Amino acid sequence: MSPGAGSVAADCAHDALCPMHMRLDADGKLCHAGPTLAKLFPGRTLAGQGLFDLFEVARPREAGSLAALLRAPGGKLHLQPRVPPGIALKGVIAPWGAGALVNLSFGISVIEAVRAYGLTNTDFAATDMTIELLYLVEAKSAAMEASRKLNQRLEGAMIAAEEQAVTDTLTGLKNRRALDHIVGRLIERARDFALMVVDLDYFKTVNDTLGHAAGDHVLRQVARILVDATREGDTAARVGGDEFVLVFPGRSDRARLAAIARRLIAQLSRPMPFDGQMCRISASIGIAQSAVYERPDAARMLADADAALYDSKREGRGRHAFHAPPGAAPRAAG
Amino acid sequence: MHGLVNRAIEGFVRDSYGAGCWQAVTARAGLEVSSFEAMLSYDDRLTDDVLGAVSAELGRPREEVLEDIGTYLVSHPNLEALRRLLRFGGVGFVDFLHSLDDLPDRARLAVEDLHLPRMELVDHDSSTFTLTCRSGHRGFGHVMMGVLRALADDYGALVLLDHAEVADGAEVITIILVETAYSEGRAFELGARAVQG
Repeated sequence: MSPGAGSVAADCAHDALCPMHMRLDADGKLCHAGPTLAKLFPGRTLAGQGLFDLFEVARPREAGSLAALLRAPGGKLHLQPRVPPGIALKGVIAPWGAGALVNLSFGISVIEAVRAYGLTNTDFAATDMTIELLYLVEAKSAAMEASRKLNQRLEGAMIAAEEQAVTDTLTGLKNRRALDHIVGRLIERARDFALMVVDLDYFKTVNDTLGHAAGDHVLRQVARILVDATREGDTAARVGGDEFVLVFPGRSDRARLAAIARRLIAQLSRPMPFDGQMCRISASIGIAQSAVYERPDAARMLADADAALYDSKREGRGRHAFHAPPGAAPRAAG
Repeated sequence: MHGLVNRAIEGFVRDSYGAGCWQAVTARAGLEVSSFEAMLSYDDRLTDDVLGAVSAELGRPREEVLEDIGTYLVSHPNLEALRRLLRFGGVGFVDFLHSLDDLPDRARLAVEDLHLPRMELVDHDSSTFTLTCRSGHRGFGHVMMGVLRALADDYGALVLLDHAEVADGAEVITIILVETAYSEGRAFELGARAVQG
């Protein structure tokens, strides 16, 4: 092809099809640059400039001539404009007459480039996927944001649901909130009842030496034993890591309560097999009875049952104790 | 119906008339939820019920409400992302009109299970167009009336719109372009948001 009249028509066609192209002569000087490519060098006339003056050639490495560029495998080039912001370009080169045609693209840096050079739809050929790519990035960000918000709301809803739950998820026993509600209702209806605070002994040792799986197994076994010890209408709740509370409405017989406590401690002290190992725990129990109080109060009763529990612990593990009515000395029993 | 559609109706009511009005709408429609999730799917009947309740609550015909929803989608600051996505369609308003054929595909590219009605643009001369919407949901054409009105403003074009229903349930919007550069319109920078994003 002669570099005469035909090349003007060709340049126009190339501008429309590949607005980031350049036509080079045999010496590697630009004869023509596409309109979008020209935007990368604001205020400069590109015709007549050498490719190696305008761009640093990253690939093929150490290419110093047009001939070397034309030898690049697959004609693939990596160029970087020598003017800021110097966003790296991908290119492809093909021989054209005595010189060459190079078409360039922003590759993966396109988002950065569109912003840096203030490009618009008209800077890209209609077949160029840049606009679709930008659209997709933005659409996906918006969709991701919507999904992220949904996740946040679901998490919030889960926390709220957990806060309203009345069951301890590990053991299936009632939780602290349920316990407060049940005790509150008993007091409201002026019913006699007993509270039994059960605290596991040596549980931490099981957790530390045999692991949390063993610990969880023990807690579930304890829950089963506590449920077995209760009648319909009684309540078993887990109120802390290894702390449980039993509520016995209508039970005021001290001897009967003491017998329940002793039996519970005996059952809880039996080794529990887990995964070929034996988990050994015991329990201490503190008991408070509503009949002792003139006006029973849930927090007060629980604190008194706790105090009785610590009295029993002082006497040695695996014991129970009653909260003593005012004036009487606390007593631990075996 | 896709949650995004229900969410758009909810956003329109909340942002234009307040949370109290939305509460009244949910009560009137007998909704079990107080708010729609954009990324969940809902029974089509719910959308109909809610639209009916909005129309009754505002004391305005359903067609007007739908058109206002369309305007809201493009012009409210809370939905700037959507305006931008629509503006990707073309450099000028006419360009944009021609991109409407692709809109359902574009929407599905962004949200896979969002199915917008098919639209077909015919240009009768350089300033007269008809847009045919074929939708299983009657009234979609009115939403598009609002969208087109607001986007014409956005591009700075002056247009006349007319809505008609034809026999087979299709809706036809006639668009007469009075002036392409009537006002300055709003700026659209191609790379503005994508980089922040």
